[in-house]
Amino acid sequence: MIYLDNAATTINKPPEVAQAIVKAMESMGNAARGAHSVSLNASRIVYDTRVKIANLSGCQDPSHVVFTSNATEALNIAIFGTLSSKDHVISTDYEHNSVLRPLYALEDEKKMELDFVRADNLGHLCYEDFERLIKPNTKAVVCTHCSNLTGDLVDVKRVRDIAKANHLLFILDGSQTLGSIPINMQELEVDILCFTGHKGLMGPQGTGGLCIANGVEISPWKRGGTGIQSYNRQHPSPYPARLEAGTLNSHGIAGLSAALDFIEKTGIETIHRHEQELMNLFYEGVKNVEGVKVYGDFSKETRSAIVTINIRDYDSGAVADVLSEKYHIATRPGAHCAPRLHKALNTKEQGAIRFSFSWYNTKKEIVKAVEAVREIAK
Amino acid sequence: MLKKTLSLIISFDETQQAMAAENYCQSHNLPGRLIPIPREINAGCGLAWKANPKEKDMLCKAFDCNNIVWGQAVIIEI
Repeated sequence: MIYLDNAATTINKPPEVAQAIVKAMESMGNAARGAHSVSLNASRIVYDTRVKIANLSGCQDPSHVVFTSNATEALNIAIFGTLSSKDHVISTDYEHNSVLRPLYALEDEKKMELDFVRADNLGHLCYEDFERLIKPNTKAVVCTHCSNLTGDLVDVKRVRDIAKANHLLFILDGSQTLGSIPINMQELEVDILCFTGHKGLMGPQGTGGLCIANGVEISPWKRGGTGIQSYNRQHPSPYPARLEAGTLNSHGIAGLSAALDFIEKTGIETIHRHEQELMNLFYEGVKNVEGVKVYGDFSKETRSAIVTINIRDYDSGAVADVLSEKYHIATRPGAHCAPRLHKALNTKEQGAIRFSFSWYNTKKEIVKAVEAVREIAK
Repeated sequence: MLKKTLSLIISFDETQQAMAAENYCQSHNLPGRLIPIPREINAGCGLAWKANPKEKDMLCKAFDCNNIVWGQAVIIEI
């Protein structure tokens, strides 16, 4: 099978990841729950992984790296832990449901005010909306680093300038980018960066987290055992324990740690270049094929390694099924949990077929995928 | 019967600081190891650094110089 659904999850991982998980399951106790050798093994791996994530993301303090089960959980923690009824929040039409649904819930249940920066029918974000939407009670900008539908990047430096000029909390969803595209949250003045471990980072599913800038306060969403302050009636306030009640997925974190080692050894710029090369090869191969419509902006210097298309008026699910059954190519059709951008692009009915590329894809695979699209479009 | 010895115990409020202390000490060949926090010491974290009492000043200074936040440094019989 040619796996081109890496924006959903990377299935081809560095072999060290699975090896680390197996080793962890055989040798790790419960992190922060004792001083015997196997508990310390777990504590060490978890601590080392926090340091690696902090180094990769530019998070100042490794203890402000909080582990969750995925980016959705991280985004829920960030959104519900910082925003309340009197606040106004600005988000964008690029957002995934993992951002939209928590925001909608706050809007519906807590009467929080919510506005969106529009995307036009080409998928371009209308940045001038940011300034126009700011109100006296605007508290935060919550936005993705990259559209999971088109691969277009948000100009985060521009968003940063607006957020900082207006003293807004800046929450960035890095689900599609951390591991594939360099991020420095200090340079970008990101207050909370949410990430997942199983996409660009090439770690196991069930891992993710938040990187929190110094001085940013997030209320805990769950309370319970942390291994510290056992006689305190209140849940401990220091990060990361504040947001990490209960046993961590240390086995998964061990796999993530191995993936981070691979990324460091290989070089994030090298990975990014390879993925961009594959994306451009595919884009150049399909962009002028009669009946193929490509979504997104390919004029920018960099973007996420995603090419999303439709073929004629064919149902995107039907095309993906042919790709899978006849050509053994795995892609993602339909809606992509990004309802606002689908509406902007007018693909709500047809959906769209997303081809997403990773470090483990090859040029040969891309050539085959281009050929398959050409044949289907004939 | 447990045999007690006079030991330096350095406590931490958070597990992360205990792990940072261990990481620093091991990478710089500094003496000691992590143990369960003795009941005589009131600390947030269940881990403490145990070493020979004569190392107290050197270890505390090393932690301070490397932004490793510790709670108490006491010499007790455990």
